[in-house]
Amino acid sequence: MTAIETSALKPADRPRRRGINLEKWGWIYMRASGVVLIVLIFGHLFMNLMVGDGVKAIDFGFVGGKWADPFWQWWDVLMLWLALIHGANGMRTIVNDYTNPGVVQKVLKGALFAAAAVLIILGTLVVFTFEPCPVGAPADLLPSFCAA
Amino acid sequence: MPETSAGTLTTPAKPAKQKPGGTLYRGREGMWSWVLHRITGVAIFFFLLVHILDTALVRVSPEAYNAVIGTYQTPIMGLGEVALVGAIVFHAFNGLRIILVDFWSWATRHQKVLFWIVIALWVVTMLAFTPRHLINVFSH
Ligand code: HEM
Ligand code: HEM
Repeated sequence: MTAIETSALKPADRPRRRGINLEKWGWIYMRASGVVLIVLIFGHLFMNLMVGDGVKAIDFGFVGGKWADPFWQWWDVLMLWLALIHGANGMRTIVNDYTNPGVVQKVLKGALFAAAAVLIILGTLVVFTFEPCPVGAPADLLPSFCAA
Repeated sequence: MPETSAGTLTTPAKPAKQKPGGTLYRGREGMWSWVLHRITGVAIFFFLLVHILDTALVRVSPEAYNAVIGTYQTPIMGLGEVALVGAIVFHAFNGLRIILVDFWSWATRHQKVLFWIVIALWVVTMLAFTPRHLINVFSH
């Protein structure tokens, strides 16, 4: 407050809010995450739908084979975080557009936040606690390296 | 400067009702790209919610996961996957267009052209994807 009075700022520069501008960082995040997500999601879809027999090849053993490699574990976790935050933040924009401030808006945003938080935690745990060779499971359902 | 060259997407049946003064936006490429971007974003979001839950079944049992992922391999879901990929490819390319328009003044001036480039890239990508995917789904 006080410092501004003494300086000769141009009017356009004067009314600055203090602190970080969350909307601006949200705007930047949507763009930065979008660029990375193109690579991650196109790569995901290519590996899972185009290579080999595509969807037909996906089963428990397929996932086991992919997540045996830390590269794909981190690929998926990064995709999980970036996509859910991007999507939930985009949905927040849409809620802002179609609802008025009030209880309904708060509930919707709370639900978005909760869904994103729960699924990020769940998805991350799933990738890193995955057990490719659960004991007692039929061997023909498991990745081939379980036999060894 | 309302110009008509690329108006096919919204060509009105009657001689064009005069657009509200001063807007180049309503009912033209700008609006359609925005509507589609929004709809595809919402659709992908809800797919992702379900998708993380179905993937989480790998922590339940191989049988549970295989049962659910097996539904991804049916013909109807196969067609749904074409729609999903179509939505993502549009959202992704159009998202890139938005980013270019925001940060690059040439793109800001040529955003209509860029919209048609997005459509063209979408068509090319889908032509590459769809036949192969449908062959996978409908054979084997
Ligand atoms: C029909 C299309 C799709 C199929 C068949 C598919 C299949 C799979 C499979 C088999 C996995 C297990 C791990 C792996 O293979 O990497 C997985 C995980 C994952 N997919 Fe997809 N996917 C599809 C579309 C998408 C899309 C469009 C997104 C993003 C918006 C996405 C995001 C993810 C994420 C974040 C994970 C990791 C989940 C976790 O951490 O538990 N997938 N997907
Ligand atoms: C494939 C890469 C992606 C790119 C390049 C991308 C890009 C963008 C961009 C630039 C915006 C505009 C933000 C703004 O206007 O301020 C946006 C909005 C949005 N995105 Fe994405 N995105 C991608 C993936 C995703 C995914 C995976 C989801 C869902 C989980 C998603 C959901 C949304 C939603 C809901 C919006 C808000 C739409 C609106 O406000 O009308 N996007 N995206």
